[in-house]
Amino acid sequence: MAIRDYIRERFMPHIWCPGCGHGIVMNNLIRAVENLELRKRDIVMVSGIGCSARISGYLDFHTLHTLHGRALAFATGVKMARPELRILVPMGDGDATAIGGNHFIHAARRNIDLTAVIMNNRIYGMTGGQYSPLSGRGKAATTAPLGNIDQAFDIADLAMSAGASFVARTTTYHAVSMIKILEKAIMHKGFSVVEILTQCPTYFGRKNRLGSAVDMMKAYKTGTTPVGSEAKKEDPELIERGIFVEEDRPEYCTEYENIIKKAMGVH
Amino acid sequence: MSNKTLFLQGNAVCVEAALYAGLDFFAGYPITPSTEIAELLSLKLPRKGGKFIQMEDEIASMCAIIGASLTGLKSMTATSGPGFSLKQEAIGYAVMTEIPCVIVNVQRGGPSTGLPTSPSQGDVMQARWGTHGDHSIITLTASNHQDVFAMTVEAFNLAETYRTPVILLFDEVIGHMREKLQMPDPEDIPLVERLWTSVKEGTDFHPYLPREDGRLPMSDFGGIHRYNVTGLIHDMWGFPSNKPDVAHGLMHHLVDKIENRVHEITRYKEFFLDDAECILISYGSAARSALHVVESRRARGEALGLLELQTLWPFPAEVVRKRCAHAKYLLVVELNMGQILQEVKKAVMDPEKVFLSNKIDGTFITPTDIRNVLRLIQGKGV
Ligand code: SF4
Repeated sequence: MAIRDYIRERFMPHIWCPGCGHGIVMNNLIRAVENLELRKRDIVMVSGIGCSARISGYLDFHTLHTLHGRALAFATGVKMARPELRILVPMGDGDATAIGGNHFIHAARRNIDLTAVIMNNRIYGMTGGQYSPLSGRGKAATTAPLGNIDQAFDIADLAMSAGASFVARTTTYHAVSMIKILEKAIMHKGFSVVEILTQCPTYFGRKNRLGSAVDMMKAYKTGTTPVGSEAKKEDPELIERGIFVEEDRPEYCTEYENIIKKAMGVH
Repeated sequence: MSNKTLFLQGNAVCVEAALYAGLDFFAGYPITPSTEIAELLSLKLPRKGGKFIQMEDEIASMCAIIGASLTGLKSMTATSGPGFSLKQEAIGYAVMTEIPCVIVNVQRGGPSTGLPTSPSQGDVMQARWGTHGDHSIITLTASNHQDVFAMTVEAFNLAETYRTPVILLFDEVIGHMREKLQMPDPEDIPLVERLWTSVKEGTDFHPYLPREDGRLPMSDFGGIHRYNVTGLIHDMWGFPSNKPDVAHGLMHHLVDKIENRVHEITRYKEFFLDDAECILISYGSAARSALHVVESRRARGEALGLLELQTLWPFPAEVVRKRCAHAKYLLVVELNMGQILQEVKKAVMDPEKVFLSNKIDGTFITPTDIRNVLRLIQGKGV
């Protein structure tokens, strides 16, 4: 299928600013689904609130645009009810780790088969540039005019310690490997987390004088390194990208099927 | 009615009724005094191939039942005061997106942690206005186990008919009290199933275009039609819109589908109303004491009657006005500081004839409590 067959043109034009990274992520999500030859009717996309959450409306899947932070809780209901459906959950960093932090760690702990795609632009874009749990100490935001004193999370570490069985990180600069990672995450049976460093030139970029969208993407090239590389040992400031965990562990809905068999006396 | 008589807690009756109505999915979080509902369903649901999940919090359990309902499953959650507060945003989402679901609130004393193991009816107004924004909602209650069963089945039927969340407002006395239940046979009570669309695959499906009778046929998530569901104001495709006419139309549709059908949604019981000079108006557990007073006074020849409300929202103002028009006094009996009292005053022609008998200290209102207020009203002194 052509890319446009996945897009609801009725929804266009989209709301994103010029240079926003979310379009790259949306494009790559479509390519991953296309490469995997999945049927549109087997895919449910559940999102919360924020710039990134708008992806769901633009795509021709079953789409559920929910409440700020709660996408994974809604997605858990859909998945439990219909385990054969594939559930993609695009989220922003504030959506996933601040207001939705509780749902995030518990979805990971259950290892329920959902694909969480976290677009980490380190800021609340839709509300105009407030600091998020990913902004990091010393960064500027409209609610940190004198400098941010909040420490940041490491989303990959958080997901791994909470029990996610697939955890990866990529960036909007690394579009080709992003597609491969998304494909693996979608096919992985269990809770998968893909953190995507994505630029918000309008707020995070402007507030922190990071230049244009292209400058910000170039910084993803120079500021990251493949997981386990020598470069990281020499420069600990580098951010690792790639797949951190990919393990076969008991998946929640499969486990629940066994509960049903037990309850019905089928052994 | 079958010959099967059970002796159960109210919470267990609610479970039996929900299963009778076709419950397939439950998500919850432990909270007194509703926890038994979750405990019982954790075994009974998988036995019939249904699904139970204990979520990480009250918010998540409300969200999960909405997600499950969208795939076509009849879904429910159960909670009490603090949890009911937490669920409000998602209840509003179900209102806006017109997703059927049932929320049981076994009320306890509030505000805040309040009196967790004591009865109260303090959440009547929260059931009506807990979520933000103009909206309408259906709320039912019951005073005995046979009615807990009937109203629970009714809640599922109304949720499907009007595509709306329905709140079952029980209380600690009803939830934990044990009494007899005559178990209805299958088919004794008609069930309303989801109204599915007949639009064929490949044809443009409008998930938010009501039929002429106001009902909205659904297509399950995962089915042949793909569409968008959003808590934003949306058009008939489910696409977000900020056009004033779309917003106006949707707001009216959401409110009118309920407020214009009050007579269809109203459930109530009446005892000795026709010639009653004094009418007690009550609901839930408080109506048990009210009925006791009315029956014993009738035995002595006094013209007392009882109007027991089972639908609290939309408020059956017309029933109250018409059935109570001839009475000299109305006495609202409830376990709060007068939440239904205000509605009754609004409904009747002469609000100064409406009085309150209530209890807010965590103890149950007794017939003696009600009789004491009656003496005052009737000018017999304390
Ligand atoms: S505010 Fe930032 S995140 Fe939002 S659309 Fe604009 S660039 Fe993208």
